[in-house]
Amino acid sequence: MNRPIRQLATLATLMFIVLMVAATSIQFIQAPALNADARNARTLYREFGTERGPIIVSGESIAVSAPNDGLYEFQREYRDDGAYSHVTGYFSTVFNSMTGIEKAENSVLGGSDSSLAGQRLQDLITGSQPQGGAVELTLEDGVQQAAIDAMAGRRGAVVALDPKTGAVLAQVSLPTYDANTIATQDSAAAQEAWTALSEDPEKPLVDRTSGGDQYPPGSIFKMLTAVAMLENTPGLTPDTLVDAPTSWSPPGTSHEIWNPGQAACGDGSGQTSLRQTFVQSCNTAYAIGGVDVGADKMIAQAESFGFGETFHTPLTVSPSRFPEPESQAALAMDSFGQQDIMVTPMQMAMIASAIANDGVLMEPYIVKQTLTADLEPVSTTKPSEYSRPMSEQTAAYMQQMMVDDVVSGTGYLAAIDGVDVAGKTGTAELTGSDRHAWFAAFAPADDPQIAVVVILENDPGDGGSSAAPVAREIIRAKLGL
Amino acid sequence: MSVVTQRVARKGRWPEFFLLLLALGAGLLAYVLVHIGTGGEGLPGAFPTIVVAAVLIAGAAHLIIRWLAPYADPILFPAALALNGLGLAMIYRIDLADETSAVKSQLLLTGVSLVFMVATVALIKNHRILRGYMWLSLIAGIGLLLLPMVPGLGRAIYGARIWINVAGFSFQPAELAKIFFAVFFAAYLAQERDNLSLAGPKILGIRFPKARHFLPILLAWIISMGVLAVEKDFGTALLFFGLFVALLYVATERVSWIVIAGVLTAIGIFGIVQTVPHIQARFEVWLHALDPNVYDAQYGSYQLVQGLFGMASGGLMGTGFGEGYPTKAFAANSDFIIASFGEEIGLTGLLALLSIYVIIVMRGMRTAVHLRDGFGKLLATGLSFTIALQCFVVVGGVTRVIPLTGLAMPFLAHGGSALLTNWIIIGLLLRMSDASRRPASTDPLPPRDILASIPEMDKTSEPPPSHDEDSQLTQVVRIK
Repeated sequence: MNRPIRQLATLATLMFIVLMVAATSIQFIQAPALNADARNARTLYREFGTERGPIIVSGESIAVSAPNDGLYEFQREYRDDGAYSHVTGYFSTVFNSMTGIEKAENSVLGGSDSSLAGQRLQDLITGSQPQGGAVELTLEDGVQQAAIDAMAGRRGAVVALDPKTGAVLAQVSLPTYDANTIATQDSAAAQEAWTALSEDPEKPLVDRTSGGDQYPPGSIFKMLTAVAMLENTPGLTPDTLVDAPTSWSPPGTSHEIWNPGQAACGDGSGQTSLRQTFVQSCNTAYAIGGVDVGADKMIAQAESFGFGETFHTPLTVSPSRFPEPESQAALAMDSFGQQDIMVTPMQMAMIASAIANDGVLMEPYIVKQTLTADLEPVSTTKPSEYSRPMSEQTAAYMQQMMVDDVVSGTGYLAAIDGVDVAGKTGTAELTGSDRHAWFAAFAPADDPQIAVVVILENDPGDGGSSAAPVAREIIRAKLGL
Repeated sequence: MSVVTQRVARKGRWPEFFLLLLALGAGLLAYVLVHIGTGGEGLPGAFPTIVVAAVLIAGAAHLIIRWLAPYADPILFPAALALNGLGLAMIYRIDLADETSAVKSQLLLTGVSLVFMVATVALIKNHRILRGYMWLSLIAGIGLLLLPMVPGLGRAIYGARIWINVAGFSFQPAELAKIFFAVFFAAYLAQERDNLSLAGPKILGIRFPKARHFLPILLAWIISMGVLAVEKDFGTALLFFGLFVALLYVATERVSWIVIAGVLTAIGIFGIVQTVPHIQARFEVWLHALDPNVYDAQYGSYQLVQGLFGMASGGLMGTGFGEGYPTKAFAANSDFIIASFGEEIGLTGLLALLSIYVIIVMRGMRTAVHLRDGFGKLLATGLSFTIALQCFVVVGGVTRVIPLTGLAMPFLAHGGSALLTNWIIIGLLLRMSDASRRPASTDPLPPRDILASIPEMDKTSEPPPSHDEDSQLTQVVRIK
């Protein structure tokens, strides 16, 4: 009987090895993820007591840990104008939760990241209080502030990117809130602020730039359709004549698609240059163009820009949606951004920046670098290419047409003296008379420094009259004009 | 090549003495660290009393083992004592956080358990006596299993009806039942092994037993699944069925039994998961613990995940005794005591704890290998494997290797029935290891009165002469 007893002993040993591997998996391999879980109160308990590092924008701290006499040793303090509340998020002791950069970069801010091991060792030896590392963002305070000022209290969002790197220059969601009201250690006050904010019909807690309910893009989606047409139609240039009737019914339906204001496109002959359809933002030309390209290639084009993918800048960007169209009519409507397309402003800014950057889409990122408590750089984000959604030639054509849109088209209010601004207006029709005003732009067209997307929710004006001037002010701030 | 060496049998009582000092030291050090870690200064107030009591009880037990079982394995007792001491320290630590006083009853029960352990060694002079109680053991085991079903006596806690209330204390009779079942299985299989290993039809290259020999395994399966379905106690069912199959394999060396058992287990678990919502929920929690819906659901994975969070926050080196938040997890001193240890003494400490269990199990298995009678081999194997299986079920549940169940971690967890049972198991293993390590020439056979009580012995025959070829010095064959 000794042979099976030995085998059983081996089995018992194996069982214990399985347990040891499982324990190792939890306590070592999965530990960083479990410790970063927002539901893990321990992470907060431990971090309430440590001095978290600051979050820095343009050399200024927008979030710091201040010594405190309350329950915990430190109180997280944010800039109280709410300019960065959606970006920083909050670190709440009362709700045992954190959001935004506070959560995404928690390991650095709290000092537990392995990149800060050297500093921790130093703290251990010198016996000094452990401190978290700092996170410096790519945001530029001047651009962010200009965006907030230009929005003038209206509801909406602004995303500005550096087209050449993907660095986020401004990320504004309005209305905003004061993160201090939730981060306070005064439980009753925090609870009250939370209730007020979450019940506010204007939804100030929602980050409109990258999450929330997303928006129909309206005519700024024609950027994507135009790219798909140029990429998939051999020989097509901005000067090629394309079908652009005043109204058009997609095959198999009696539904009529009209141009904005039921206006004629170009000279009204039913055919006009692609350039003219773009600067005049004709719907019929893009409905026909999108149907000709076909659903598969339209969706593939959208996916090459990042549709359907969740981005982490490291702030989470929810995936924009281009569902399989149910019919040719639906595809026709999708092609000028109406039917089923739902996007984040971040996604539209990525499309504009890919056009600006000669067809190369850079992955958006908001953390410039992480630093030790002594502000020694630890790691710097390297810009990385996400995709090449179009050829350089297509990008050049798109740049021309977008410049024309500002020079002599719907986007004329975005024009700045001495600078080639490229842009595209959009007005997304909603049920009833509501509509969102959109504007996507980049400048200078030949050496783009900034790509920006503005959306004004339920705006009485349209993309050209309301959103374009906001974009203009943001571009001015970036170019120092 | 094999080398035959002759070795003088060592009693190992001095190694046991020094290991006991280490074991006591570990427990007492943990106690002091808990005191300091929770903000206390100097030594805890009760420290001198505890030290004196611990040294007296452990010392007395050691002396009685010296006297009654001089060849007993020197590692089993200290290893179990070390676990028991560390468990007490952790229970005390949880008491301080929760403002409870669970450690008092646990301390008392530790003393009682040690008395039972010593009593087991003292009363059972030879393990072979137990073979005579085969059917009685089966009846006692089943009776204990069914006790919680008695109206007015049984109590359901967290969905599992496995407790009984006696004089204000609650017990899990299934814990004690496992000793009776181990005795029954060992006796039954020692008797029937030849029948059970008879060859039957050959299917897919594996020889299966004859149909009529299926009956016992089917019976064991039905009982286990019945326990699972009626008392909703997944852990106990797994424990008993695993124990039976392991012993069946050891007795018959037939792989086919394992195949049959595997198929039966799969069918049984599948069927029960389909029909019993409580078990279904356990599986859901196990598979999707971190899913927000499961996490927030009633009877969801909240508790399990708190344990995972605790272990993760402990990391490699742990927070130190008293420095973590183990009470965020439910039952931090019993079902989740492993998570509490993981958090406060880290992965390093947890692996050390598990290693102590491995040592206990391996010493038990070693005892089985060296025993000379089939019943003893099976019983020692069964008891050791029970400890391994129980650790696997408990730690595996906490670490998501298998669904979570309500078994108690041997020696560590708060809970009298498990502590008592496992110390009795140590007592039995000590007794058997004394027999297995005892050199043949010093005491070739048990005393006559014992022999008389063994049914198989021909009571008229004389004991064999003690100086024949086989019973000189212990022969150890080493394969090199």
